[in-house]
Amino acid sequence: MDMNQYLSMFIDESNDHLQSLNESMMGLEANPEDLSIVQVIFRSAHTLKGMAATMGFEDLASLTHQMENVLDLVRNNKLRMQDFIFDTLFKSLDALESMVEDITRGGEGKADVSAIVSSLQAIVRGEVPAAGGAGAGAATPAAQAAETPIHLDEFQFSVLEQSIQEGHQVLYVDVTIRKDCQLKAVRAYMVFDLLERSGEVVKSFPSVQDIEQEKFDQSFSLYYITQKTADQIQAMIMNLSEIDKVTAVALDQESLKMLGQESAAAVSEVAATAVETKPASAPAPVASAKPMPTKDEGNKPGTAKAGGAPSRTIRVDIERLDVLMNLFSELLIDRVRLEQLASEVQNGDLTETVEHMGRVSGDLQNIVMKLRMVPVDTVFNRFPRMIRDLAKSLDKKVDLIITGAETELDRTVIDEIGDPLVHLLRNAVDHGIESIADRVAAGKPETGTVHLRAFHSGNHVFIEIEEDGTGIYPEKVLKSAVKKGVITQEQAANMSDEAAYQLLFAPGFSTAEVISDVSGRGVGLDVVKAKISSLGGHVTIYSSPGKGTNFSVQLPLTLSIIAAMLIRLGSEKYAIPLSSIVETGIVKNTQIRTIHGNKMLEFRNSHIPLVSLSRIFSVPDYDESTEEETEIVVVRKGERLVALAVQDFIGQNEIVIKNLGKYLPDIQGISGATILGDGQVALIIDPNAFIK
Amino acid sequence: MAEDIKVIVFKLGSEEYGIEVEKVQTIERMMPITRVPKTYSFIKGVINLRGVVIPVIDLRGRFGIEEAEHTDQTRVIIVSVNEMEVGFIVDSANDVIDLNRDSIDTPPDVVGGIKAKYLDGVAKIGEERLLIMLNLSEVLNKAEIVQLESLEG
Repeated sequence: MDMNQYLSMFIDESNDHLQSLNESMMGLEANPEDLSIVQVIFRSAHTLKGMAATMGFEDLASLTHQMENVLDLVRNNKLRMQDFIFDTLFKSLDALESMVEDITRGGEGKADVSAIVSSLQAIVRGEVPAAGGAGAGAATPAAQAAETPIHLDEFQFSVLEQSIQEGHQVLYVDVTIRKDCQLKAVRAYMVFDLLERSGEVVKSFPSVQDIEQEKFDQSFSLYYITQKTADQIQAMIMNLSEIDKVTAVALDQESLKMLGQESAAAVSEVAATAVETKPASAPAPVASAKPMPTKDEGNKPGTAKAGGAPSRTIRVDIERLDVLMNLFSELLIDRVRLEQLASEVQNGDLTETVEHMGRVSGDLQNIVMKLRMVPVDTVFNRFPRMIRDLAKSLDKKVDLIITGAETELDRTVIDEIGDPLVHLLRNAVDHGIESIADRVAAGKPETGTVHLRAFHSGNHVFIEIEEDGTGIYPEKVLKSAVKKGVITQEQAANMSDEAAYQLLFAPGFSTAEVISDVSGRGVGLDVVKAKISSLGGHVTIYSSPGKGTNFSVQLPLTLSIIAAMLIRLGSEKYAIPLSSIVETGIVKNTQIRTIHGNKMLEFRNSHIPLVSLSRIFSVPDYDESTEEETEIVVVRKGERLVALAVQDFIGQNEIVIKNLGKYLPDIQGISGATILGDGQVALIIDPNAFIK
Repeated sequence: MAEDIKVIVFKLGSEEYGIEVEKVQTIERMMPITRVPKTYSFIKGVINLRGVVIPVIDLRGRFGIEEAEHTDQTRVIIVSVNEMEVGFIVDSANDVIDLNRDSIDTPPDVVGGIKAKYLDGVAKIGEERLLIMLNLSEVLNKAEIVQLESLEG
């Protein structure tokens, strides 16, 4: 059976489980007494183990198994969570993560985890470095009533009855495992495995799931159909190591009936659990009687699924969404074309239909867009863990407060934004937040706070990273910049604070006296900026020295459909993204002044440059200088404004961004193309290119 | 015996050229072209080919032959090479022929004013016809264009 087709699903789900493990573990660390969190962790770990085993990633499965052993003790109040346990568990998670990563890269997920495994085992054995493991010896709270015979439901009863009629042996087997057994579940598995080779286990108590999760004391019992005699079975099982006692009793129809009656009272209860623990449609109860999904069981990936709420989502290959998006953009183009035709034809019915279609396709567009929207949570969720580790290694106290994690962004943006954010956050903790001593000296609370915020604003999403650390001193930045030759002394003298902050993004710049292994403020910030710019976003720094710094990242909601203003230059049409337009207007030639040979325009009490698009693009059949009045589009990049001279405004339109293909070189001032309603291609102007 | 290949035959001036049919996506009639500013003069602009924006090159311009008026016969051959989709404007395209690789000779130094590196070879068909096989990766080689431009500049 080829498992490759499940591989991507496995990787996705493993990552989900690892993420939720990380999150829950953090939650538990904050709230160590809450055993319900342990349950969640346990379930996740268990599912992960099952999936890994099914896919044949043995190392992954066995490490998870060791974690489960620890968690099981915690869950049963036999072990109290302590710092060193958390550290070990987190280490295990990291190991698991790197294994999954290896699998993602096409590896086999193998890793040497013997050190972690042995410390996990030490924890299970109760070998605690410090005192505190006293609880380990305590008795199981819910000592299971292993003595009572197992309740059979009607179906199981009739299976057994029939087997006896057909001349098979029906045995009631009771197995007790030695007290000092390390891995009870594994032993139990071996028993089951052995039994399955020469017969069928019909029902066991505790249930297979419970046994698998070591939810049993020392013994378990089961009903078994075989051709062998009770003595043979007893001898077989005793051959396994670490088995204390085995009793196998052959049942005849009468004794079976007695058992059946005995259990009749509890039937309803049992029926409920039977449904719960076994797939309802299983052809025979035996189907679920394998304690652990093993490699050769790989043709049933579904068996590894844990219970829990059925998922209401599906995973879709992003490429399929891209295809959908492309098709949809075709539709959008046709819609605009239809609207145009309808307005020419002036037929009432046609206009109405086209309008309706416009509305429907508008809704459709929203849905298609939303399909690609992913909450930033998927990126944010790995940060708490990162900050925790970072703070620990730097010996600082840091609170990370995340707000707006539900804010949605286009998948393509989400995929790219993780690394820059990691960098900015590391930066904030390493260089922003002071050491505990420094904070106390500065009269601040010991614990520093890092806010990670995401929110919508207009057509953009903002992600802010704000800390209450040392802040950035512009003088220091300037001094360092001059020393490194990034700017000259004269330039430094005339630089505003804001411009000084922007220097942090200059390549190879660092204000850190000593570059630590975590980050150096400035080292790599140029990469952060480049990445964000490539996504069509900006980074701005606000800082008050001594009080803290705020890195604000502005990102476009999506990269594929934008609202734009269509303009005309002679016979040519261009689109200007609406997001960068401040306003449009008409100026008289007399309002245009020439300063240092550059055309300037008075705009809201300041002078802004007037750029001639027709000249820059060498438009053959238009030149605004011959006109008395000029239409202008004022565009913005950050704080700076520029007026672009155009011939006419055509109007506002939703446009689908298409790239110009690989062959064309990068063209300054053009960021892409779109197809208009009439099928013509219009180029999209990149206003940023005109603002230096 | 080498294999047979199918070749699209097109004309630039009086010369006949060939492109292997696998590299050709489609042949279109002339359609409106949107000029793209600030590029090489032989790049005529971009077209909308059923929803995909594709740059169009005047092959005459690319080879330094004097550009001609477009006529009814003018065609745009859309080729796809190295993940690049590009349209070639040619004077006409109206033939597909089978060619045996053996019949393609190494190109002479100069054929119709085109540099030899753009050519894969010359095939002789019948008595009089010479078919010039294009080396598309070279024709679309951008590094070489940059060099050319800087020389001219």
